[in-house]
Amino acid sequence: MADPVATRVTSQPLLQAIGITKLYGTFVANDHIDLDLHPAQIHALLGENGAGKSTFVKMAYGLIQPNDGELRWLGRKTVLAGPAQARALGIGMVFQHFSLFENLTVAENVALGLPPSEPFAKISAGIAEISRRYGLPLEPRREVWRLSVGERQRIEIVRALLQNPKLLILDEPTSVLTPQEADQLFVVLESLKAEGRAILYISHKLDEVKRLCDTATILRGGKKVATCDPRRETAGSLARMMVGGEIGEVKSAAGERVGKPRLVVQDLSMVPDDPHGIRLDHVSVEVRGGEILGIAGVAGNGQDELFAALSGERLSASDGSVVIDGEAAGRFSISQRRRLGAAFVPEERLGHATAPRMTLSENALLTRHAVGMTHDGFINRAATIKVVDEATKAFDIRKAKRDPEAASLSGGNLQKFVVGREILRELGVLVVSQPTWGVDAGAAAVIRQALIDLAARGAAVLVISQDLDELLEIADRIAVIFTGRLSSPIESKTADREHLGLLMGGSSAQPREMSHAVGA
Amino acid sequence: MQWLDLTYLQAIILSVIVASTPLLLAASGELVVERAGVLNLGVEGMMIMGAVCAFAGAELTGSTLVGTAAGILAGVAMAAIFALLTLGLAVNQVATGLALTIFGLGLSGLIGAGFVGQRITPAPQLDLPVLTDLPFIGKILFGQDAFVYGSIVLVIGIWWFLYRTRPGLVLRAIGDNHGSAHALGYPVLSLRTGAVLFGGACAGLAGAYLSLAYTPFFIAGMTAGRGWIALALVVFASWRPARLVIGAYLFGGVTILQLHAQGAGLDIPPQLMTALPYLATIVVLVAISRTRGVAGSAAPASLGLAFVPDR
Repeated sequence: MADPVATRVTSQPLLQAIGITKLYGTFVANDHIDLDLHPAQIHALLGENGAGKSTFVKMAYGLIQPNDGELRWLGRKTVLAGPAQARALGIGMVFQHFSLFENLTVAENVALGLPPSEPFAKISAGIAEISRRYGLPLEPRREVWRLSVGERQRIEIVRALLQNPKLLILDEPTSVLTPQEADQLFVVLESLKAEGRAILYISHKLDEVKRLCDTATILRGGKKVATCDPRRETAGSLARMMVGGEIGEVKSAAGERVGKPRLVVQDLSMVPDDPHGIRLDHVSVEVRGGEILGIAGVAGNGQDELFAALSGERLSASDGSVVIDGEAAGRFSISQRRRLGAAFVPEERLGHATAPRMTLSENALLTRHAVGMTHDGFINRAATIKVVDEATKAFDIRKAKRDPEAASLSGGNLQKFVVGREILRELGVLVVSQPTWGVDAGAAAVIRQALIDLAARGAAVLVISQDLDELLEIADRIAVIFTGRLSSPIESKTADREHLGLLMGGSSAQPREMSHAVGA
Repeated sequence: MQWLDLTYLQAIILSVIVASTPLLLAASGELVVERAGVLNLGVEGMMIMGAVCAFAGAELTGSTLVGTAAGILAGVAMAAIFALLTLGLAVNQVATGLALTIFGLGLSGLIGAGFVGQRITPAPQLDLPVLTDLPFIGKILFGQDAFVYGSIVLVIGIWWFLYRTRPGLVLRAIGDNHGSAHALGYPVLSLRTGAVLFGGACAGLAGAYLSLAYTPFFIAGMTAGRGWIALALVVFASWRPARLVIGAYLFGGVTILQLHAQGAGLDIPPQLMTALPYLATIVVLVAISRTRGVAGSAAPASLGLAFVPDR
C-alpha cells in the first residue's frame, strides 16, 4: 500500500469528509469515513457492491444526512440539507441509475436540474455550448425514451456541467457503456480535470481506476480500508484491498468434450410486444452439449427479447426456430420446454425469477411444477422443501430460517437459490441471463463455477451477460447481440476485447470493415 | 323531418354542453392529479360530496356563489383525506380511492336526506346583449352559465400550467419519475398534495354544477357514475388537456343522444340506451389500449405508486 501522504497535493481540499457515519437501524452503512477531495484530481471511490460507496455519495450530495461526522467545503463546516444546496455550492452529480424523465425532452430534463430562474431559451443555448466544447452531441428536443444509454448519460453530464461545478461525482458511470463509449467519457473527464475541477469517481472496475484516477479510497463493509495512488498499485493488490482476500479462481472445464448441439436457434425473428422493445432479427446460434456460449452486448439490445423467445414466454412463429435436444420447440410453452430438460433463469431476481412474498419452497414449485413436484394435481410439499434444502447445502445460501420469503434474502443469496433451483435437476439446456448481476464476488464465483460444472456434465449452457469479463472467464464461445442481431460466435480464448467492444457498439462484424471503422 | 329543424338541433347542442361540463370539470382535476403520479379513484365520491354540500349551501343561504364555494370545499376536504392516507401514510392508492367513493356516496346520502325534494333557483345564464341574440350560435356560445365558461378556462389554464410554466414541468417530472425528482431536490409529496387537493376542488365544482345548474335539486347518488366516466376520460385523452375537451364532449354527446333517441321513439330497449355512455367508455378504453402500441405510452410512469423518501 502506498503512503497516502505521497499522493496528497498541497492545495486546500475542496471537500473534506471527517468521520462520516451512517446507520440504517443497527446496520452501519458507513463507519467513520475520512476523505479529502482536491481540485484538478480524479479521486476513485473503490469497493464492492454493498461496501457503502453509494451511501457515502448520497451524503456528499445532500440526499441523506450522516448520523455522525462532518463535511467541510473549502475548510468550512457545512451541512448539506439537500441536493439544491449541494448544487449551489458547486457539487454536481451523475447518477448510476439515471435520474432522467423518460417522457420529457432532453432540454426539459436539463432544465429540471437547474435553478428555476434560468430561462428555457438560455438552457437550450447552454446545452449546445457544452455539447460543442466537450464533444457530447445531444439533440435538445428529443424525448429521452428515444435515446441510447450513452446519450442518456450525456444528458446527466451536460446537466451537471451547466452549473459549472467545482466537484463532479460520477456513480459507476461506465457500467452501462461500451468500451468505446467509456473511452470517450474518459477524454471528457480528463479535460474537466485539466480545467481544475475535482472528480469523485465511484467504480469497482480496477482497470479504469488505474488508468484514470490520481487517488483511490477503498471501502469494504462500510469502512475505509486505505487511500492510495492506484497507478502505483497492481490490479491484484487493489482487488485484495477491495475484497479482503484472494478471490477464488474459477476453474474452467476441460472444454474438449464438446458434444452434439442441444440448443439450436434457427433464423429466429420476432416483433416486440412493447413499443420500446427490440425486434429480433434472424437470430441463429447453436449451443452444443458441454459448452458455455456467452451472449455479450450492452443492455437493451434484444437480450430480454431473446430470453423470452428461448424460455417460451413468447412463442416463435415457427416450430423450428428453437430446437431443444432435437425437438422443434418454437411453439412449445414454458412447461413443455422444461419437460424437454431445459431450464431458464431470468435476469430480474425479484418479480421475474421469484415471487417476492412467496417462500422459497413455493418458488421452487413455480418453475418446477411441470417436472415432478406434483402428484395427481396436488403439491408434493416434501419435494419442494427438498429443493430448498439441497440448494442451501450446495450453494451455502444464508437465510434466517429454513423456508423464508424470497424477498427476505440478500441479492447474492437469492441469486444462488434461483440458479441452484434449476441446476440441481439434471438439465440438458440452461439459459441464464445476468447470472451474477449485483452479486458480491464470493457468490459470483460460486455461481460461475456451478455453470462450468453443469456444462462439464454435458449440458448446453447459454449465458446472456453484460459483463464481458465474466463471459471471457467462463464462456467457450462468445456472440454479441446488437439491436436484435446476433454476431457469429468467436472462441473466447482467442477473442480480442477491442473486437468484442466494437461489435457491442454496432461496428460491422467483418474484420476488414472493422479496421475501416477504427481508422475513420 | 324533426332532426333537421335548427331549433331542435340547437336544443341538442345546448343539452350536450350541459351534459359535458361536469365531466370536463372533474376530468380536468383528475388529469392534474394523475400527471403528478397519483391515481385517485375517489372522483365519484368527491363529486357527490360536492353536489350535496353545494346544494345545502345554496339552499341555506340562497346564494349560488356560496353553494359553489361549499361544493369546492367539500371536494377539497375529501381530497385531503385521500392525501393524508396515500401521501402521508403511503396507503395503497387504489384501495383508498375506492373507499373514498363508497364513503362519499354514503355520507352525501346522510347529509342530503333533509334536502331531498327541495328546489333552489338554478345558476343563472350569463346572457350577453346582442351576442346572445345571434341566430343559432348565439345561445350556444354566449348563453351559458358561469360553470361552462369556467370549465373551458380551466382546461386552457391547466394546459398553460403544465406545458408553459416551471412548476408544471416539475409536476410532470414528478409523475414520470418520482425517485429522480426527489434526487434533484423537488418536494414530491407536497406537490402531489397540492395536485390532489386541486383535483378535489375540481371534482367538488363538478358536483356543484350537477346540483346547482344541471338539475336544481339533490337526490342521493345523483352523480350516477360520472366520476368513473371522468376517470376513463383522462385515459382516453392520453393525459393531454386538449384531447380531454374532445373526449368530454363526445361522452356528453352520447349521454344526450340516448335521451333524444328515446324521445324520438326509436325501437331500442331504453335500458340499453341508458347503458350507452358506459358501454362507450368500455369500448373506448379497449380501443385505446389496442392502439397505444403505435404512439407509445403516455401514462405517467409513476402513476399510482407510493413514494416514501429515504432518510
